Amino acid sequence: MPETYFKTIAELSAVLEAGELTSVQLTQAVIDRTAAVDEKVKAFLSYDAGDALAQAKASDERRAAGKALSKLDGIPVGIKDVLAVKDQPLGCASKMLENYVSPYDATCVAKLREAGAIIWGRLNMDEFAMGSSTENSAHQTTANPWDLETIPGGSSGGSAAALAAGEAIATLGTDTGGSIRQPAALCGVVGMKPTYGMVSRYGLVAFASSLDQVGPFARTVEDAAILLEAMLGKDDLDSTSIAPQGDTDYAAALKEKKGPWKLGVPREFFGEGIDPEVKANIEQAIDWYKSQGCEIVDISLPHSDLAVPVYYIVATAEASSNLARFDGVRYSHRSEEAKDALTLFTKSRGEGFGDEVKRRIILGTYVLSSGYYDAYYKRAQKVRRLILGDFEKAFEQVDAILTPTSPTPAFKRGERADDPLAMYLSDVYTISVNLAGLPAISVPSGFTESGLPVGLQVIGKAFGEADMFAVAHAFEQGHDYHKQTPNL
Amino acid sequence: MSETPHIDIDYVANLARIELSDQEKKKLGGQLDDILGYFEKLNSVNVDGVEPLAHAHAVNNIWREGDEPGPTYSPEVLTGMAPESRDNQVVVPKVVE
Repeated sequence: MPETYFKTIAELSAVLEAGELTSVQLTQAVIDRTAAVDEKVKAFLSYDAGDALAQAKASDERRAAGKALSKLDGIPVGIKDVLAVKDQPLGCASKMLENYVSPYDATCVAKLREAGAIIWGRLNMDEFAMGSSTENSAHQTTANPWDLETIPGGSSGGSAAALAAGEAIATLGTDTGGSIRQPAALCGVVGMKPTYGMVSRYGLVAFASSLDQVGPFARTVEDAAILLEAMLGKDDLDSTSIAPQGDTDYAAALKEKKGPWKLGVPREFFGEGIDPEVKANIEQAIDWYKSQGCEIVDISLPHSDLAVPVYYIVATAEASSNLARFDGVRYSHRSEEAKDALTLFTKSRGEGFGDEVKRRIILGTYVLSSGYYDAYYKRAQKVRRLILGDFEKAFEQVDAILTPTSPTPAFKRGERADDPLAMYLSDVYTISVNLAGLPAISVPSGFTESGLPVGLQVIGKAFGEADMFAVAHAFEQGHDYHKQTPNL
Repeated sequence: MSETPHIDIDYVANLARIELSDQEKKKLGGQLDDILGYFEKLNSVNVDGVEPLAHAHAVNNIWREGDEPGPTYSPEVLTGMAPESRDNQVVVPKVVE
């Protein structure tokens, strides 16, 4: 049996229910594990062990009284530093929000609390969720637990690394262009982005509002489904949230939906830029589905090579608007050099934001500026519709789409630090999913020769989470990659 | 967007209200030129007659039933987050002489 901190929500829920373990014992095991390994991994920006144990004690009392709230009752879940947790720091890994403490819970966090989960720690990330390696944090660089010299992916690198290292039983991340799925693939865990609108964005510090979604990191597809089920729902505090649609009984779907499915493989995703080991790994995964009786359909997503430029125009335009609120007046960093209103803004923002955030705000401001709006922003929105159209056409033929999650395994720290364009291409296989608002999941699909994890991405139809989970679960059941853990 | 633009970094940084050092301007200017050059790929596709898509799902104005006052945070909590506050107000440098 694995150590307590490497078990799944489903397993732990059963032992908690049977009285073989208390939430206090489980939470203490996670705290001890974090204290032992986080010096190497650096996944956490902060954690409050006393607060976590107090939540665990309350959970044990509920359970003893026969009032356990859900399968998540008593399970420690780590939270990315971009989501509001009442009375905890909310810093977005930025100097800009160094001293900010949230007065309220994000809706997704409140929902996890209602389900009894232990809200555990603040996880490192790329500043304001901008990046693909977690090297843009103003505070520390998180390491990939499988090879400490490599990056964990990003922007939710802390969430992926903490889970892979056994420092939490599950974690939350956010995914604007692949920021859950890419680090999940690189750290050998499951990471899932829901259909846009399924999870409220209230209490998520906005980066690109039409793309951002909150989603789970977990050890198994089943655990990811448990977390999503707890978080979904329409929220009056987020006007873009949507009432649950489609089949949302994911637990039943995992048991009942067995395939065989019609699975699409977009040929565009296996061309230039893909690492040969990743390519071979994903082709093997596709062959496995074939061996299980699935029909593999060769599909085309002809505009997929335009997803990266469309994304970086749309996302930076929205970011330049969303990040205007950090002006040094009400809650963010204020420059001591500020002498008047204008320098209060310019100097505070110049000092508070890191390089990547400045780069994206400037880029977003440029593409929205007079004379360039039509050439960049409007054109990008038109191509965005073509990208959505490609998916709609593909889903007329298939139940789900299979692709690699990341074109390469984890790369060395610093390797792409001075080449933003190379960094932007890290998300080439995940970005189009956000532009189209679809659900997608990354599941561990094996390892490279040097022992780095590889991830398979399963893309579903809009609100087709149940089928997407079932397809991913089938692969997981046929393999044991998700059971392997790094040596730390 | 027919040729690679040379971004006027001073102008755009001023629009974005971000003060940049000379070194930052040089570095960012070069990188942004590269990125904007990459965006030229978008010219390869014909978008005549295509409606722009701002959101994956259709989004309309949301009108609330009524806007009743409800519980909220105290002025102390909200102004207490500001870098400088006094008497439940945010302190900023003098705006009008």
